[in-house]
Amino acid sequence: MRYRQAIAVLALVGWFVALYLGLHALGIGGELKCGTGGCDTVQTSRWAVLFGIPVAFYGVVGYTAILAVTLVGLQPAWLSRRGPSLLVAALATGGVLFSAWLTYLELFVIHAICRWCVTSAVIMTLIWITATFAAFRRPSFPAPRTDP
Amino acid sequence: MNRFYVMLGVLTLALGAMLVYLLQNNPSAPRAATEAPATVIDDGFRGDTLGSDKAPVEVVEYVDFECPVCASFAVVQLPTIKAQLIATGKVRWRYRDFPLSIHKYSFFAAHAAQCAGEQGKFAEMHDQLFGNHRWAQTGQNPTGLFRELAKAAGVDVARYNACMTSGRYAARIEFSRQEGLQRNVNGTPTFFVNGTELHSSRLPTSDDFKRLADSLATRRK
Repeated sequence: MRYRQAIAVLALVGWFVALYLGLHALGIGGELKCGTGGCDTVQTSRWAVLFGIPVAFYGVVGYTAILAVTLVGLQPAWLSRRGPSLLVAALATGGVLFSAWLTYLELFVIHAICRWCVTSAVIMTLIWITATFAAFRRPSFPAPRTDP
Repeated sequence: MNRFYVMLGVLTLALGAMLVYLLQNNPSAPRAATEAPATVIDDGFRGDTLGSDKAPVEVVEYVDFECPVCASFAVVQLPTIKAQLIATGKVRWRYRDFPLSIHKYSFFAAHAAQCAGEQGKFAEMHDQLFGNHRWAQTGQNPTGLFRELAKAAGVDVARYNACMTSGRYAARIEFSRQEGLQRNVNGTPTFFVNGTELHSSRLPTSDDFKRLADSLATRRK
């Protein structure tokens, strides 16, 4: 249960990060708060849009899916089942691969780093680690009683 | 379990409040650098140049940084012109600002280029603004992006920020625009070769400029 709670918190934070970048991509809110980073360079590069949709919205959809599955997995009927953890691990695997591709583009193609994108990549990686651990750990059963 | 959902609710509210703060507490482009001032004074500046002062041919380009055709010219034709004509001392290239009113951030971009020019980096900023031209299609406030482009152009960002906030070159840009209007410039890019407007049914290429420069040089001999 603790793992799923941790995933829910991480997915919620990631959802807000992706939403902030998505709203900026729609021209809402003006300048990105980025410190000395290269957020605007990344966000205005041609890789910031995929199939006509700002990349950040793929993140919004991904985090929404992870959060929804995790919240279902926290319901008493699903707590002992492995299915939600496996599904979140599968979703997070896609998220990590997508984040890795975006980070590669930032480092080696665009030559600028967007701190918000890195934050999202770190969150997705933490979700993947937690979900994978939760999905494949051995269930802990109570020790068998040895009556004299 | 209930405590967890309360905590999740509190976190949602906190993150929501932070998002609203990030979206609202956001400075727009410095106003002084985005529009023409009420009074325009000639400060004697006649545009940044590329190439030798002794070059026999001078090309004046009236340019709008948000104009896609100017961007195309800068990215596709200008590198060849620089290599074949400017670097060889045949042509001197002079930039004059002509920000079109239909473009939301072209005056602001011209000001960013002037602030870079103040530090001797006009050409580098010109290349950054045109080489990363997607900003002109997004409609997003480019304040942060221009700062990043200035940094990439080798500009001291603190001095650049001060320059942009002051809007100290707004009058200069407007003077250049009015000069263009007096010379019947009505679009960008418009070129003048040794003072004569270059009329062409299409965007001139590097080959066109080479032919012109060669023909003017031959006529001089």
